[in-house]
Amino acid sequence: MSTQTGIQTPACDIRPAGELLRVNDLQTEFKVEGGIVHAVNGVSYTVNEREIVGIVGESGCGKSVSQLSVIQLIRRPGRIVGGEVWFEGDNLLKYDSKGAEMRAIRGAKIGMIFQEPMTSLNPVLTIGRQLTESLELHLDMKRKESRKRAAELLNLVGIPSAETRLDDYPHQFSGGMRQRVMIAIGVACQPRMLIADEPTTALDCTTQAQLLELMLSMIEGCRGSLVLVTHNLGVVARYANRIYIMYAGKIVEQGLCRDIFYRPQHPYTVGLLNSVPRLDEERGRRLVPIEGTPPNLIGMPDRCAFYPRCPERGEQCRLQPWPELEPVEGEGHMARCYMRAGRAEE
Amino acid sequence: MSDISTVQEPEVTVPPRISEWKRFRRIFFQRKLVTFGLVVLVILVLVAIFAPLIAPSNPYKNEMSQSLQDPSWNHLLGTDNLGRDTLSRLIYGARTALYVGFGTVLVSAVIGMILGLLAGYLGGVVNGIIMRVMDALMGFPMLVLALLLAAVLGGGLQNVVIALAIATLPGYVRLMCAETMSVKENEYILAQRAIGAKGFRTMMKHVLPNAFQPSLVLITTMLGNVILAEAGLSFIGIGIQPPGVAWGSMAADGYRSLASHPLLSFSPSIAIMIVVFAFNMVGDGLRDALDPKLRGTL
Repeated sequence: MSTQTGIQTPACDIRPAGELLRVNDLQTEFKVEGGIVHAVNGVSYTVNEREIVGIVGESGCGKSVSQLSVIQLIRRPGRIVGGEVWFEGDNLLKYDSKGAEMRAIRGAKIGMIFQEPMTSLNPVLTIGRQLTESLELHLDMKRKESRKRAAELLNLVGIPSAETRLDDYPHQFSGGMRQRVMIAIGVACQPRMLIADEPTTALDCTTQAQLLELMLSMIEGCRGSLVLVTHNLGVVARYANRIYIMYAGKIVEQGLCRDIFYRPQHPYTVGLLNSVPRLDEERGRRLVPIEGTPPNLIGMPDRCAFYPRCPERGEQCRLQPWPELEPVEGEGHMARCYMRAGRAEE
Repeated sequence: MSDISTVQEPEVTVPPRISEWKRFRRIFFQRKLVTFGLVVLVILVLVAIFAPLIAPSNPYKNEMSQSLQDPSWNHLLGTDNLGRDTLSRLIYGARTALYVGFGTVLVSAVIGMILGLLAGYLGGVVNGIIMRVMDALMGFPMLVLALLLAAVLGGGLQNVVIALAIATLPGYVRLMCAETMSVKENEYILAQRAIGAKGFRTMMKHVLPNAFQPSLVLITTMLGNVILAEAGLSFIGIGIQPPGVAWGSMAADGYRSLASHPLLSFSPSIAIMIVVFAFNMVGDGLRDALDPKLRGTL
């Protein structure tokens, strides 16, 4: 069942220089009526220090669940059933999800920003109280000190008259401003890594760009890495160093940003790119949607999950199990497709 | 004011800050009936506290020579069949009503909200056990259960409080549990865990404040209900036992001479009515004023 990635588990001290996070063969499943959903089915990826990594896929492909698994915030009926999450030389999955070790990492070393700014702030507490929370939790700051720092943070994320706005409640902030607050909370303790789970999806386009820039400068300010989870290729195109494309709980293609955009290998990636309008193409081109719907993750046959929707499928794809990630043209560029990998060898 | 043609520099306007308390008062006192309810309750509390000073005569003293008197300057509301002053008994009855009301609600609300919070937040087995017990309790109508318990425990102030507290417990538990379960699913709870907060801390600081508001309104309406239930128990004679004074038993005693001396039954009944109404009104006012969505606004 588990896909062997061929990557050997690194011992604590011999991780490659500059590597911050290595996820190996991560598997998370949800027991639901009617079967087991393998939401994350053998995902492996790495995040280097001070790197921006994009994880792209459509709704329900497991991108959010994979990120929540990394910091063990999977709720029942979900369960992490396999894999390793190496972060700074520690396998996080060996810690109890509610234990002190895990709590010391969440917020302090790995920050997280969620999709819905409207609901990610507690409506009955002031912004100040929520901003100071992680400061007091992780940095042992006293009330006065943390409040001062909170005002600084609010100022940094571009909220005017920060000092007084600390006493405001979330509903007095617009969506964009709330997401700014979330960013401030996310970077409050200068985390090594910030996971942004569709941080701009709920915002309008002009705000999106501003917030992405803000997030970038904030994470650069604390010399951390950023994992940008999104379904929006446009968002990652501009900022990410490396991109992972996910489909049905697996990574189907990975590579440097330019390889993904200019030399996409997996038919799914090609489909994604074709379905997005671009400024640099001739006018009048019709967008090409990907036919069909995302697969039902319950009781999937062991073959390429994209097979039913794939325009390039062959006999081999139907009969054989889902292929491994094979190297294709480009540095670190890999794709999980018989049709493409074979072609690369020729 | 009048010179609107002057172009003014757009100032960075900080919205005027309304203190929480000021805003609360403004909304609370907006409705006349709420104010009325609060005034009634304040008077009631004062009357109950200073009963010995206010009551014109001893409510326990029988004076057969004075029995069944019509209202007069000596006995403003007349006397009952044992010659006890009705007004004095009414005043002392307020003590019983408030004691039972607040006592019961304090006990059942505190226990109920804790159980509900735990059941909703922890879920699983804890939820199963607590909620099944509550379901069993809820199988009985509140008054019937209270009656049963009062009959088993025996009458008396304390036992009435215990009986009513148990009988009203499931309401709090269920409400709190349901609220907790829905609040728990909010993204800000997940975000809270994502910054590394402890489960218990999250429960107390983030779930509880978002989930207890409906319970607060339930508490105020329950105050009215409990007083009514106590009156009912006393009316049928298994609540407050003589010589204790309760509005319910007063109404029951006066019932026998309803035709000749209607005041004996009517005065405690009207007292019950007004108090229950007052509690319900204050509950409504609280609900509006505590709405967190109105916080920080006018």
